[in-house]
Amino acid sequence: MARTGGRKRDRLRWSKLYTFSCFRTPSTDEAAGPSATNGSAVGGPGFSRIVHCNNSILHRRKPLKYPTNYISTTKYNVLTFLPKAIFEQFRRVANLYFLLTAILSLTPVCPFSPVSMIAPLAFVVGLSMIKEALEDWRRFMQDMKVNNRKVSVHKGDGEFGYRHWEDLCVGDVVRVEKDQFFPADLLLLSSSYEDGICYVETMNLDGETNLKLKRSLEVTLPLEEDDLFKDFRGVIRCEDPNPSLYTFVGNLEYERQVYALDPFQILLRDSKLRNTSFIYGVVIFTGHDSKVMQNSTESPSKRSRIEKKMDMIIYVLFTVLVLISLISSIGFAVRIKLDLPRWWYLQPQNSNKLDDPSRPALSGIFHLITALILYGYLIPISLYVSIEVVKVAQAHFINQDLHMFDEETGNTAQARTSNLNEELGQVHTILSDKTGTLTCNQMDFLKCSIAGVSYGVRSSEVERAAAKQMASGAADHDIHVEDVWENNEDEIQLVEGVTFSVGKTQKSSIKGFSFEDDRLMHGNWTNEPNSSTVLLFFRILALCHTAIPEVNEATGALTYEAESPDEGAFLVAAREFGFEFFKRTQSSVFIREKHTSNGPTEREFKILNLLEFNSKRKRMTVILKDEDNRIVLLCKGADTIIFDRLAKNGRLYEPDTTRHLNEYGEAGLRTLALSYRVLEESEYASWNAEFLQAKTSIGPDRELQLERVADLIEKELILVGATAVEDKLQTGVPQCIDRLAQAGLKIWVLTGDKMETAINIGYACSLLRQGMKRISLSTTAGDQVAQDAQKAAKESLMLQIANGSQMVKLEKDPDAAFALIIDGKALTFALEDDMKHMFLNLAIECASVICCRVSPRQKALVTRLVKEGLGKTTLAIGDGANDVGMIQEADIGVGISGVEGMQAVMASDFSISQFRFLERLLVVHGHWCYKRIAQMICYFFYKNITFGLTIFYFEAFAGFSGQSVYDDWFMLLFNVVLTSLPVISLGVFEQDVSSEICLQFPALYQQGPNNLFFDWYRILGWMGNGLYSSLAIFFLNICIFYDQAIRSGGQTSDMASVGTTMFSCIIWAVNIQIALTMSHFTWIQHLFVWGSIGTWYVFIILYGTALKSRDNYQIMLEVLGPAPLYWAATLLVTAACNIPYLIHISYQRSCSPLDHHVIQEIKYLRKDVEDETMWKRERSKARQRTKIGFTARVDAKIKQIKGRLHKKSPSLTIHTVS
Amino acid sequence: MVIPVLAFVGLIFIPIGLACIVSSNKVVEVVYRYDTKCVPGNMLHNKVAYIQNASIDKTCTRTLKIPRDMKRPIYIYYQLDKFYQNHRRYSTSRSDAQLREPKAAGDVAEFCKPEAFAANGRPIVPCGLIAWSLFNDTYSFARRNRLPRDGDHGPPPLTVSKRGISWPSERGHLFGKNVFPRNFQNGSLVGGGQLDPRKPLSEQEDLMVWMRTAALPRFRKLYGRMEADLVAGELITVTVRNSYNSYSYAGGEKAVVLSTAGWLGGRNGFLGRAYVVVGMACFLLALLLTLLCLVFPMKEEHLLLR
Repeated sequence: MARTGGRKRDRLRWSKLYTFSCFRTPSTDEAAGPSATNGSAVGGPGFSRIVHCNNSILHRRKPLKYPTNYISTTKYNVLTFLPKAIFEQFRRVANLYFLLTAILSLTPVCPFSPVSMIAPLAFVVGLSMIKEALEDWRRFMQDMKVNNRKVSVHKGDGEFGYRHWEDLCVGDVVRVEKDQFFPADLLLLSSSYEDGICYVETMNLDGETNLKLKRSLEVTLPLEEDDLFKDFRGVIRCEDPNPSLYTFVGNLEYERQVYALDPFQILLRDSKLRNTSFIYGVVIFTGHDSKVMQNSTESPSKRSRIEKKMDMIIYVLFTVLVLISLISSIGFAVRIKLDLPRWWYLQPQNSNKLDDPSRPALSGIFHLITALILYGYLIPISLYVSIEVVKVAQAHFINQDLHMFDEETGNTAQARTSNLNEELGQVHTILSDKTGTLTCNQMDFLKCSIAGVSYGVRSSEVERAAAKQMASGAADHDIHVEDVWENNEDEIQLVEGVTFSVGKTQKSSIKGFSFEDDRLMHGNWTNEPNSSTVLLFFRILALCHTAIPEVNEATGALTYEAESPDEGAFLVAAREFGFEFFKRTQSSVFIREKHTSNGPTEREFKILNLLEFNSKRKRMTVILKDEDNRIVLLCKGADTIIFDRLAKNGRLYEPDTTRHLNEYGEAGLRTLALSYRVLEESEYASWNAEFLQAKTSIGPDRELQLERVADLIEKELILVGATAVEDKLQTGVPQCIDRLAQAGLKIWVLTGDKMETAINIGYACSLLRQGMKRISLSTTAGDQVAQDAQKAAKESLMLQIANGSQMVKLEKDPDAAFALIIDGKALTFALEDDMKHMFLNLAIECASVICCRVSPRQKALVTRLVKEGLGKTTLAIGDGANDVGMIQEADIGVGISGVEGMQAVMASDFSISQFRFLERLLVVHGHWCYKRIAQMICYFFYKNITFGLTIFYFEAFAGFSGQSVYDDWFMLLFNVVLTSLPVISLGVFEQDVSSEICLQFPALYQQGPNNLFFDWYRILGWMGNGLYSSLAIFFLNICIFYDQAIRSGGQTSDMASVGTTMFSCIIWAVNIQIALTMSHFTWIQHLFVWGSIGTWYVFIILYGTALKSRDNYQIMLEVLGPAPLYWAATLLVTAACNIPYLIHISYQRSCSPLDHHVIQEIKYLRKDVEDETMWKRERSKARQRTKIGFTARVDAKIKQIKGRLHKKSPSLTIHTVS
Repeated sequence: MVIPVLAFVGLIFIPIGLACIVSSNKVVEVVYRYDTKCVPGNMLHNKVAYIQNASIDKTCTRTLKIPRDMKRPIYIYYQLDKFYQNHRRYSTSRSDAQLREPKAAGDVAEFCKPEAFAANGRPIVPCGLIAWSLFNDTYSFARRNRLPRDGDHGPPPLTVSKRGISWPSERGHLFGKNVFPRNFQNGSLVGGGQLDPRKPLSEQEDLMVWMRTAALPRFRKLYGRMEADLVAGELITVTVRNSYNSYSYAGGEKAVVLSTAGWLGGRNGFLGRAYVVVGMACFLLALLLTLLCLVFPMKEEHLLLR
């Protein structure tokens, strides 16, 4: 496998080209200062690691044995599984209680046989543990996949061969190829570039998509071929493993010299090699020592609101349990004291301490334990495990939902933790990331303004949407948004009279290019009046960048490796206009121009300087020499920055361009201004001298120097035009946001982008619209650190918030909507303790909230503020590592498994591949899961109360002696077998309305956030139902089976027959109850419900033949089966138990129906088919009064138009405050 | 949807209830409580002493009047009150294995406390409190209406059959054919009745009935069956040998019951009435809901948003 020949090195010295980033690395010669401190630290405590390069044999045994590169994220291993998993299980209070009772069941205190206590517990705990084991197995398989990735490793004598990641050792030399992940933390030795640089994508670490530059030490540069590693030796002394991603302290002893190392030579595990064909590196940290693994935090375990409340109910039931046990034990003590001495048939003189008439108190205490065990059926032992089973099944449904399958990526939705399904149905606020979540992070060149003329006829998505809805809004405002989305084939006439062909615009086949205008395309631009400016414009596009062209060997097509997607879009655009950038060398850029008559000509432009883009400069400049030896400076940048630097004679197109820029901005496009300047040779020479001086200067102010010098040349520019690039929204985002808004959800956008971009996207998503009152919070304090400046900023912010609140309060128009836009700096103040509630109060009054320029930490803080301040369920959705904080902080974290790394997905509870699937995830699955779990828990408590209380009533008739009327086996099977499957099928399959209706009536979702199905009213209702049923079952049976003969043969009842009859009644009653509760039946529900009842009869017949219990021998076949009284009693009691529920639901449905009742009714009567208009009316009524989203936008527009028509006054547009 | 269900339930339940009531009313029942009546007046203040005094003859004969015609078979029951056969200490004190097979005769220590071993240390068969406290009052009946003529020795007896009062499965499987009572009731403390040590347990039907513990402190158990028809107004004498101690504890009533049985069993008015009540309730509710639907018809504006 060894490719000793090596590959052709790209002879490209980027360091000569780059101005800022490359030289930020302190090179070895200037490391005098820092390396001194490094040197003292290395070898000290915390810096004790020694790595023998290319000598990993030393690291395979002590004392230098470090962990292997094997990683394991599993919770258990084979040995620890049992103890750890069992411990986990018994941390649940209910399970602990059952464990105690199981232990006590071995003592004579217990009223049951030990097996009937231990078996269900073992079953329940065993099932949960199997689930744990399966989940852990899945993690193990995932680890194995990573561990078994292969990497090329030096095997000695200059031979490289592939090895599994897990077999990698500290000290190994590895060769990583393009687009591979680094298997461990590496020291970069050399790369395919001559000067030892490489590009790294750290998306998995920090979510940043731009490429980072790494640079090797000068001394290791010669190690550029496999052969050369034959004799390579070196020792690295460095810091111990730590989680800090951006620091590294260490030094390299190589050829008897010591060189200081810093983070720029370190390649971190899980980042990816980009734009570089290969690198060589030495493994420093392996496996769990690597920075990324050190960084991984246990994602916090989240529990849903329902589960927390369920715990409360369990506590309530515990209280009831203790209470009735106390009653029971007091009753027992009293009877022991008063009656037992006279009950001769019990031989009271032979009593032991459990029932000693002379010591009733002691006996009472013993009896308390007995009673606590006896009435334990009040606590549903199988509740937890049933819920777990149900949730796993629900998660499976979510994972399998084809409507959430993304064909492009082949990803389905994934419920990564199954214990939050029902929380999806209760979301109140959605906090969304922007880039990669709402938008694709793919830029499409859409429009441009050249020499004051705007080109590009294709409209942006925002414009299209606006056109569509205006058309529909004007025609008939009862038309639903859905319909608007669906019939987009016809041409739609805009109010202004511009015609857009909406449906016909087939997707442009070129990624990143959606421009359409015949004036410029196909070389037609040469006929334009300002064709020379146009030429210049295209050249700027093709030349002013840092990208590298890449030839696809199969097709010969060119792709560009650009640092930002905007740049990529420009290059694609330039190519399409006939200015194909195809080659970059050390000093030149080559473009192929197709506009000349004699075919394509290749032109070479010598790059003299490159002043690259950064967020502070907001512009980028190249200085180059063209074929005519003219020196030209090309500059692109943010419009404000460029306009500031225009020459007096360069402002010719400024007014028109500004107008166009505003239009583009309104349409939700990202804009840049392009300009140029022709330099005189002498002018350039003098500047370049100064620049070189600054570049080679040493010291902390070098950067400032460089900036200052760069500033000197970037002036006197001449404006050429502006570009408009569409930050493409992901498919279906506006529709999804619209429906989510209709479902009553609040949406906050938290983005790292600047305010203008954020606002653009806000418009694009209909989170903002014209006529919405905007409250912008920002500080002007800038970077000032002074205390009083901070204070002033804070006060001004306080004032802004107060003003905003005042404005909201004074607003009289009920339809007025407010939007809050806040930037990161203001947010730091707003999140301080004394202000955050003010801020939150203002924010919740606003229909939409957009936070710009927020850091990952602030995202988490905002999430916490909303979560804790509102006390409602929050959902955070994001795709990058910068969203991890907020995903973990929110009640539910959703990760987009899109193009960015897996970090967000790994931290999330649910992952979807497109934002638009959120609608289905919440409105359908969330709604269903919430109702299912809520009903299931309620039913669980109902059935256990029904069963448990009958045991208690019987005690009163059995002298509180702890005798159960039921056979031990009945009780054992009650929870585990006889009533478990129907409730599980309820939890898995129940649907109040079908998924289509959920989507058509998003307002139904509000039942979740309002917690209609798990409020105390409902819980107590169910408990009351249980209480009633228990009373009905017990006393009806007692009266029926009192003392009379039960058969025509004269036989009377005994305990076994009464118990069996009562138990039959319970089985019937609770199963009929669940059948009444269900509104969606498939054969599975029928099978489970009726099967459970059938199982009971099968069981009692088999059990009756098994000679196990004397009293129940042949009880069904011989005693009860032939007795009409038994069947009559079963029928009567079952009916009596369920009639109150029937009455309740019929009352509720006819007098105060819930939304889904109405829909069910309509569906049942098939009115939706027969009465189209009514169905539509219902649907339009069901729309929540929303203030954001398309629907709201349409409504607002309609209102505006109507207002204009009626009042005939055009001044209805509301002035926005910004 | 709900209304037809309710109406249907009502429609079914009322006839069932009426049938039950009719059946129950056909059953003729004579209850005679004798726990105090069979104690001589001078012993009423100390009934326990009376019952425990073996030297007193405890036979007592009373006359009962048959209110309505009673068709054979007539079932004889004894009825006890405030007797806690369902007490845990009591109902668990027995050994099923021992009753079934002779091998398990010694299998007593675990289950039968405190009545497991006789004074000589040998296991008791049948062991446990239940068997030990076997009910041992006896009844015999005779017709009174045919007056004794010369040569007759008292009223003609009505024979009471004690065969078939237990369940066939008990005779066939649960009580062994070759298990004989041993060491039974020979301790210092004598509880209830004696068993014939020559008869195997599978023939001791009194024991079988007694050992099926009752669910409630007041219970009836089958004593025997009388294959005779009695006519209304007929007088019969019942001779009770009152030897079972129901006097130690408060409320210890004892009664002898003669009853016929219908298809539903004994006289049980409750079931029928309950059916009728539930059926009527359903009907009424169905009516009410129908009215509600008529008065407040399902409105289209119902889609309320909360």
